[in-house]
This record gives sequence, structure tokens and C-alpha cells, in this order.
Amino acid sequence: MALLSVRDLHVSYGAIKAVRGISFDINEGEIVTLIGANGAGKSTTLNTVAGLIKPESGSIELEGQSIVGLHAHKVVQRGLALCPEGRRVFTQMSVAENLEMGGYTRSDAENRETLEKVYAHFPRLKERRNQVAGTLSGGEQQMLAMGRALMSKPRLLMLDEPSMGLAPILVQEIFDIVKQLNAAGTTILLVEQNANMALSVADRAYVLEIGTIKKTGTGAELLVDDDVRKAYLGG
Amino acid sequence: MEEEVMTEKRPIISAGGGPRREGAARKTLPMPVRYAINAVVVLVLLVLGELMIDGGAINRYQSTVLEQVGIYIILAVSLNIATGYLGQLPLGHAGFMSMGAYGCSIFIIRMSEALGVGARDFVTGTPMALVLVLGGLVVGGVCAAVAGIVIGIPALRLKGDYLAIITLAFAEIIRVVMLNIDDVVGFDLTGGAAGLTGIPGYSSFLLVFGCVAVVCFLTHTMMKSRHGRAILAIRDNEIAAEASGVNTTYYKTLAFVVSAFFAGVAGGLYAGCVGVLQPAVFGFMKSIEILVMVVLGGMGSMLGSALSATVLTILPEALRAFSEYRMIAYAIVLILVMIFRPQGLLGSYDFSLSRIIERVMNRDFPWARRAEKDEPAAKEVSADA
Repeated sequence: MALLSVRDLHVSYGAIKAVRGISFDINEGEIVTLIGANGAGKSTTLNTVAGLIKPESGSIELEGQSIVGLHAHKVVQRGLALCPEGRRVFTQMSVAENLEMGGYTRSDAENRETLEKVYAHFPRLKERRNQVAGTLSGGEQQMLAMGRALMSKPRLLMLDEPSMGLAPILVQEIFDIVKQLNAAGTTILLVEQNANMALSVADRAYVLEIGTIKKTGTGAELLVDDDVRKAYLGG
Repeated sequence: MEEEVMTEKRPIISAGGGPRREGAARKTLPMPVRYAINAVVVLVLLVLGELMIDGGAINRYQSTVLEQVGIYIILAVSLNIATGYLGQLPLGHAGFMSMGAYGCSIFIIRMSEALGVGARDFVTGTPMALVLVLGGLVVGGVCAAVAGIVIGIPALRLKGDYLAIITLAFAEIIRVVMLNIDDVVGFDLTGGAAGLTGIPGYSSFLLVFGCVAVVCFLTHTMMKSRHGRAILAIRDNEIAAEASGVNTTYYKTLAFVVSAFFAGVAGGLYAGCVGVLQPAVFGFMKSIEILVMVVLGGMGSMLGSALSATVLTILPEALRAFSEYRMIAYAIVLILVMIFRPQGLLGSYDFSLSRIIERVMNRDFPWARRAEKDEPAAKEVSADA
């Protein structure tokens, strides 16, 4: 059975339909990516799965249990962590405090253990653990946001545009970490505009266009697909 | 001569993985010792103040001003919970204060009639009167907290200016209800525009500053707990807080209601201090006055709120001789502070007695080392006498 399965999801903002009946599955241990242009409904889908937005209709099941309509803080307890778009670190807290907030739903003892693992993935965060998060660079803030999401020990980590606004070298670094995290056993749902990078790390991918799924396949397949190349990879 | 237990802006986290400085272990005070030190300091200051009033070093007028100072400290510290810690901008604090003032004084007046406690008992402080007063303060706080829930649940769905306007409107509604409820519904509760009279003068230096200490201590403890951490996370980034597993609706309402409760207690003390309640006192300007104290002192700083409440209460009294000019002076002070220190006088700094003691223990003085990030200590006391 799939870890997460979304069926016929519809989401609207008032009269505007952002997501029009999409369905996808994520299996344990995979990296799955949703790619698409601005306004395709990628972030909306992610936020809906995370419980930040209520869907109009459709089902979202985590290991066969419905999580539709649960508040975001309950979804976290079920083992889904969202690393939101634009990083959204707690700017006035230190790095260590940010990570501590990520483990808000867990006990102190568990957090101490998880914290060491997160620091192992992000040595830079350990160096800067006492620094106020607002003073970190963009790349470091992205790492912090990912580390914070990992602190809840998620079954599924959802990353919303982790490469946004980062220098190419940092994008590479972030994607290396995504692969590392996956190799360490985290299932990942990745939303990206940087289709090239996303497809090269993903096991499977879904291409979204104006709220519907246009194409699906393995990352390698879509990377050489003519339509996808034309639309998202620049020919 | 007021004393209050102070809190730093952010509680320390427990599982930070030991982010202390490397090298020799830093000497720290165990928590019970910290609490004991602070409790002793507060008690000494309370007793000292009481002795000075008994001995005549502080006259009747001055001690009344001191009581006002304490009441405004509670108001500012409580508003700081909603403004500084939660990061919202409610403009209806006077509404909660009036709920508390009326709730407390009506309770005390009715109960003292029923139980046969006379006005003199409140001044001399018989046990029965004391119980009644403490009960009244709790009743006042609960009245305000209920109003806080009623207002908070719809208002906290809004943000920024919208929240400001809706809270402002609710405070006005409360004021108008207080003004008209007797005439319209035929109750004999608030005395309408003529005011509620016959409130025994139960507020005293000890009672007011005892409450100040308790309010500051509770606020500090709350903000240091995981609940406080959740509230601070909401201020920083609501979506990230929700995504981290914080029930944002619950914590926003909690912070708002706690803030209202303390404002209600302050209202109860205010009623016992002035002896007459008129709805007109709790108008829009009163809310603004309290907000100004918080902003001037530095949002998120308890010491800042307390200090500016002290200064802004004493200043108009001290400037009474220049009554025509004092509002101008007041305005100029505000403008200057906002230009030169927009984050407020103290920013988010808070004073910690334990931190200072620990620094002395470790011979670790600010002038001996360059700005190295310091882990804040736990509990703190400020006293300005």
C-alpha cells in the first residue's frame, strides 16, 4: 500500500479553482516530485496535504487512514512534515531553538536524539546553533527549515520549492542533501520549479498544469520527454 | 518603590544540545536557588515599601500614586503578552480592565452587604475582607477573561489593523453597555453615567504590588514553558508554527485570554484604589495609553513595560504644575523615542538578577569580553526604588 495516496483532490480559493481533481501516490522510500509552472497548483496541493488548506473534495490517505480535514498540527503528529515555501524560519529564535520548535510534538528526550541526527546532515547548522535564524544566509535558512521539518521525525517530508532564490551552487548542495536524506530512509515529496534538478533526483514525477496532472513517469523518463523539455527545461 | 519579577523575552530551550561555551564548565544556579533569591528580593522590597509607608516616609498621596503605578504595570505587562509575545495589536485593553473593575467591585459590594463586612474592615484588613478582596479580584479577572474569549475567538481570525479595529469596537461596546445597562434593562448594577460608588478602598501598596509580583511571575513562567515557546513561534511565523505542530488557534486565544484576565485583575485593583467607577474612564484613550506604555518600553520586554508604565504614570503627576504643557511634553517624548529607538527603550532586553549573579560567579563581565552571544538565565527580578 502506498504511504500517501491522494485521490481526486479539488481545492479552490473562493471562486478560483487551483487544483482540479488530481490523484497521486507516494510509496515508502521514494522521492516523488511535482513539477509545473507558476500557478499550476503545486504548492496548493502540498499545503492541502499538510492541512493548511481545506480541500473542496477528494481524499488524502496516509497508510490507509484519511487525514482530510485534520488541522495542520494534527497532521504533523501523524508523521507528515511540511517545509514551507520561502523557508519561513523563526527569525527571532536561534538555530537550536528553531530546531527545537520542529520537535514541538515530541518529547525532550526524543528531540535530543533527533537533533544529533539533524546536525549530522547539516553540519553548518551545528556550527551556527546559537546564531539568530534571521541572520543566516538564504541557503542556511533553507537548511534550517529542512532540519526543523526533520525534527518531527516524519514518515513523509514535504519540501516546497527548496531551491527558490538560491545560488546554483547552493541549489546543488540542497539537492545533495535531499538525496542523502532519502538514502537515510526518509520518503520525500518535492515540489519544484527547477524541473531539471527535481527530475534528476526523483524516482517518480508528476507534471502539473493548471490544476491537473498532465504527465507522469520516472524522473529519468520525463527528463528526456519532448513535451517536458519544451515546456520546462528550455528545449 | 515597586518590585516585580521579570522575564526575559525568550525562554531557554532544554534540548538545545548544550550550546554553552566550550571549555571550563560554566557555574550556574540551580532553579530552586534562583526562585528563592528572587522571592527573597521581592519580599524584602515589599516589606521595605510597607515600612516606609507606615513610617511616613511616603505620604498618602505618594502611596496612591504608587498604587496607580502598580496597576499600570499589571496592565502594561498583560498587554505585552498579546502585543509583545503574541505579536497582535489589540486596542481594547481598557474594555477588559473595565470588565474586571465592574465585576470585582460589584462582587465585593454585594458580598460585603450579604456577609456584613463593613467599609472599615477593608481598611484594617480583617481576614474576611481579605478573602472577599482576593475573591473579587479573581471574579474581575474571570469576567475579563470571558470577555476575552468572546472577543478573541472572532477577532483572532483577523490580523493587524483588522484585529485592532475589531478589538477597539468591542471595547467601545463594553463601555456603552456599562453606561446603559441599568437604564435599558432595569438592572441596578453599574450606576450608569453617574458611576458606581460606595466601593470600599481595599487597594493597598501590599495588595497591588503583591499582585504585580504574582502577575509577573505567572507571565514569566508561562513564557518560559512550552506554551510560551508556542506563542513566540506564532509571533515569528504563524504558518511555520502550525506546520511544526503548534495549535495556533488555541495558543492565540490562550495568550489573548490570559492577557485579558490580568487586565481584569488590574481593573479590580483600580476600582479599589479610586473608589468610583465611571464608564467614561475606560474609553479609547485608556487603551491607547496602555499600548503606548508597551510600545515605549519595548514590545516583548516585561521590564520595559514595567519601566515605561512607571515613568508614564509618575510623569504626569510630577508635571502637574505645568498642566497645560504636560500633554505636549508627553507627545514629544513619544515622538523622540519612536524616531531614535523605534524598537522601544529596552527593545526586547530583559533584566535578570540570576544572570547577573551567575556572571559575577563566573567573573564573566560584559566589559571583559566582546559581544559573544550569551545564553539568557532563567528568572529575574527588577527593583527600582
